[in-house]
Amino acid sequence: MNSLFSQEVPLSWYLLLSAALFSLGVVGFLIKRNLITVFMSIELMLNGVNLSFVTFACQWHAVKGQIFVFFVMVVAAAEAAVGLAIIIAVFRARATLAVDRIDLMKL
Amino acid sequence: MHLILFIVFAGFCLAGAINLLVQSHPISSALSLIVVMTSLAVLYLLLGAEFLAAAQVIVYAGAIMVLFTFVVMLLNAGREERTLGSRAALRLGFPAVVIILAVIATVILHAQGLGTAKLSDGLTATKGATNIEVLSTVLFTKLLLPFEVTSVLILIAILGAVALARPGGGNEAERTGGK
Repeated sequence: MNSLFSQEVPLSWYLLLSAALFSLGVVGFLIKRNLITVFMSIELMLNGVNLSFVTFACQWHAVKGQIFVFFVMVVAAAEAAVGLAIIIAVFRARATLAVDRIDLMKL
Repeated sequence: MHLILFIVFAGFCLAGAINLLVQSHPISSALSLIVVMTSLAVLYLLLGAEFLAAAQVIVYAGAIMVLFTFVVMLLNAGREERTLGSRAALRLGFPAVVIILAVIATVILHAQGLGTAKLSDGLTATKGATNIEVLSTVLFTKLLLPFEVTSVLILIAILGAVALARPGGGNEAERTGGK
C-alpha cells in the first residue's frame, strides 16, 4: 500500500490522456450535428493541447509552457465570446442550430 | 497518492469527454464538459501548475461554460437529429481519428527521456519561490508586451461580440428591413 501511495506517474501517461482528449474533440467536431456542441468539441481540443503544454512544462521545468497555456486560455475566452455571438446571429437568421441546414454563406 | 489521484481524475476526464459525444442534448454535453475541465484543473495541480489550476476553474469551468449554458438556454437548443451527414462523418471520421490517435500514442510511447511527475514537483527551481511568483516574474518582465496585447484582444472580442449579438447584427437583410 505504501508503494501505491508514493508511486510516481510517468509523464507519457499525461501525454496519452491529452492525445485522447484531443482525438475525442476531433470525433465530436466531426459527428456532432449541433452548432453549440461542435463549438464545445473545439474547446475540448484546446483543453487537450493545454494539458500537453503543462506536461512538457513539468518535464523541462520551464515556465514558458505554463505561460503559453495562460495565453491559450485568454484567446479561448475571447474566441468563446465571439463564437457564441456568431451562433446567436446565425440562429436569428436561420432559426436552427443544425449544421446540415446551415450550408450557405449567404443569409 | 499521485497515482491514485491521476487515475481517478483521468478517468473522470475521459468519461466526461465520451459523455460529451454520447449525449444528444446540448445542456448535457455542456455539463460533461464542465466535468472534464474541473478534472483537468486537478491534473494541472498534480503537475505543479497551481495558478493554471485556479485559472482553469475560474476561466473555463466558470466563465466560458456559463456562457455556453447561457447560450444553450437562450436559443432553447433541443435534441440534435441524426442525419445522413452525421452517419457519413461517423463512418469516415472515426477510423481516421483512431489512426491519428494511434500514431500520436506510438510517438509518445517511443519518446526517450520523458520523466515522471511526483507531488510537490513544480516549477520551483529556485527555493522558496512559488509557482505564481515564477510565472508572474516572467509574465510582467520578459513577456509584458504580449500580456498587454491580450487586453487589446479581449477589448476587440467584446466589441465584436456586442456588434454581432445585437438585434440585426451580422444580418444585413434584417437590418435594412428586408425581412
